[in-house]
Amino acid sequence: MPRLHWEDFAPGQVTDCGSRLITRAEIVAFAAEYDPQPMHLDEHAASATPFGGLLASGWHSCCILMRMLTDNLLVDTSFMGAPGVEEVKWLAPLRPGERVTLRATVLETRASRSRSDLGFVRFRFELFDASDKLLMILSVSPMFARRSADAPAPAEQPSRS
Amino acid sequence: MKFFEDIRVGETAEIGRHTFTAEDIKAFAARFDPQPFHVDEAAAARSHFGRLCASGWHTACVWMRLLIVHRRHEDDERRARGEPVAQLGPSPGFRDLQWLKPVYVGDTVAYGTEVIEARPLNSRPGWGMISMHNTGVNQHGEPVISFVSSVFVERRGEGQEP
Repeated sequence: MPRLHWEDFAPGQVTDCGSRLITRAEIVAFAAEYDPQPMHLDEHAASATPFGGLLASGWHSCCILMRMLTDNLLVDTSFMGAPGVEEVKWLAPLRPGERVTLRATVLETRASRSRSDLGFVRFRFELFDASDKLLMILSVSPMFARRSADAPAPAEQPSRS
Repeated sequence: MKFFEDIRVGETAEIGRHTFTAEDIKAFAARFDPQPFHVDEAAAARSHFGRLCASGWHTACVWMRLLIVHRRHEDDERRARGEPVAQLGPSPGFRDLQWLKPVYVGDTVAYGTEVIEARPLNSRPGWGMISMHNTGVNQHGEPVISFVSSVFVERRGEGQEP
């Protein structure tokens, strides 16, 4: 039984989702499979690009964020996936050898209109480097099962869109 | 890549298709998105998805790979014709990503892209920004993914005539 359900999230909650060292090997391995561009694969080729050196694929940074989020927050919840992602901003390059930290902030919670057994929690996730520079922002509203499917629904909240 | 000046709003491209196998789905999810419904057939059968389905990030990352391969092929053709090839700059991100239907084991997704905006960047001489609406459609004709991405594209410099 998960510890946290939809009812347990509230706007303003901030969760530290841990830290992780990003290696050159994982950056290159991801890029070889999913984003085979010179600036993600090879230092020499990357130095000749506008990026000035090797950096992680932006999609890799999304995947790293997803994994940190899963291990440090979702694992203990009634998470049911997400219907999409509102926005991702890649603000600064993620370089090999960087230690990143992830912070989750709850912006809003909203009961599902069509399903009484789940609700949405709107989060802003922020990925920082070791000097607290913001590298990336991801805004998303995942679904969580409610603690009791037959409990009365709270008042409908305004739609986020 | 074409130079910014040569890109027109409304241009579309079919960039390729991919069939998602169970091994493929589980391997990706085990690394990045290890939810029970992405890594375990039995758990997926008990979930709201009903059976094993791909991580939405997996569906998106395959789009990226197919787009890069598609562009590389186009660039090879340009070089063979003796034409210059534009550089791609950073992407500021993406928005409005929707995972419209689950991608199940055995599904084949055909990906496409359409240019929906192209504007010069006053803050970065030499670069323009294009926005693209990207889609993936399964073998039943059902859209499974849709999002809008942006990327900086090199502008045609002095001495690079069309």
